[in-house]
Amino acid sequence: MSVQSNEKSLQTSETPLGRDDLARLVARDIAPGSFVNLGIGQPTLVSNYLTEEQNITLHTENGMLGMGPEAKGDQIDGDLINAGKIPVTELPGASYFHHADSFAIMRGGHLDICVLGAFQVSATGDLANWHTGAPGAIPAVGGAMDLATGAKDVFVMMTLLTREGASKIVDACTYPITGVGCVTRVYTDKAVFLIGPDGVTVRETFGCTLEELQDLVPVPLKATPAAG
Amino acid sequence: MLNFVDSVQDAVAGIKDGSTVMIGGFGNAGQPFELIDALLDCGATDLTVVNNNAGQGDQGLALLIKEGRVKKMICSFPRQSDSWHFDAKYKAGEIELELVPQGNLAERIRAAGAGIGGFFTPTGYGTMLAEGKETRFLDGKWQVFETPIHADVALVKALKADGKGNLVYRKTARNFGPIMAAAAKHTIVQVSEIVPTGGLDPENVVTPGIYVNSIVKVAGSGSTAEKAA
Repeated sequence: MSVQSNEKSLQTSETPLGRDDLARLVARDIAPGSFVNLGIGQPTLVSNYLTEEQNITLHTENGMLGMGPEAKGDQIDGDLINAGKIPVTELPGASYFHHADSFAIMRGGHLDICVLGAFQVSATGDLANWHTGAPGAIPAVGGAMDLATGAKDVFVMMTLLTREGASKIVDACTYPITGVGCVTRVYTDKAVFLIGPDGVTVRETFGCTLEELQDLVPVPLKATPAAG
Repeated sequence: MLNFVDSVQDAVAGIKDGSTVMIGGFGNAGQPFELIDALLDCGATDLTVVNNNAGQGDQGLALLIKEGRVKKMICSFPRQSDSWHFDAKYKAGEIELELVPQGNLAERIRAAGAGIGGFFTPTGYGTMLAEGKETRFLDGKWQVFETPIHADVALVKALKADGKGNLVYRKTARNFGPIMAAAAKHTIVQVSEIVPTGGLDPENVVTPGIYVNSIVKVAGSGSTAEKAA
């Protein structure tokens, strides 16, 4: 497969990004004043790199806006937890609401960005992140489908390759999907991908050239000339 | 009709075999442990339970499942690191599971309380959880028809009630309490404090007393902190 751009390279780092560097990059890309939901696991790391100047309000789907950092020691209160059931803190200006209101915030399109982990993302933005589909696996979906279809922008954070070396960006998802055409951006250790009506565009690469990236990913990639 | 009852045993005494029971709580926050323990003791079985999860650890809803009282779970997130009682029953084919996206679960409960016969939502469109359901292209999106979830009984934990049954909750322990109280035919609430009528600021009431049938005071149940420790 050939790359549809003559640009030599979009590299912004010489090595692949670690989880914290990736979280820092996602945090930097979140517009000031945004309302954001961070999924369980790797996306939670993003909160460590949001700055006060950004004035980001974090939503947790169990019923709170204005969530603060994880609670420590005396701060721990079993009535104040996040969606991962981890004790958290409240920031000044926080609000609590019941579950239907909390999901209306997502489903009504009020949330600017959610950041989710994924098993696979397709070239058209289909997301698979809730169920392996393996026989005997007990399925659990939580709020993933509501976030995927409700947030204005759905960012995915994941490693580009599985442990076996297969690309998680795929032509069509083989895992059961969470949402159709919902992902707008994918942050991986090797590149940032923008997904739009005209296909998959690479915004930057980490520790590889666009050509090397194209050898790993089974969908046509285009380069974007400027940061998006 | 609002009743103040003296014990959790009295509060749940009327729950019959085969009932659909909504149980508030998200994880342990807001889970009415004392009412669930009383439900376990009263022996009601063949229950359909609506909760976000399917119990965790060796307490509350997890014990109800372990003892075989639950024939069906309607929930969004059954599988957790400590959901071993549900996992065992599910793998043995001894419990039925209706898996519902969390926002659909909340909205279906809300719809029941609000007299809504069903609604269309984009959540779940194109996924295996929407298989067999009616779909329509509305408002520029494909949407899936979802129906309300009614219940015979709701077990809810709140922080305080007043003499009219008005409720306030505490932090993220509020979660499903207000919508379950509205959706069930009979709502039983455990609180840590009962204040005189007029003792709650009407501007701050979260669940109006019209949705509440039975209230029982459970000492020290105000915060989940001591239960979860």
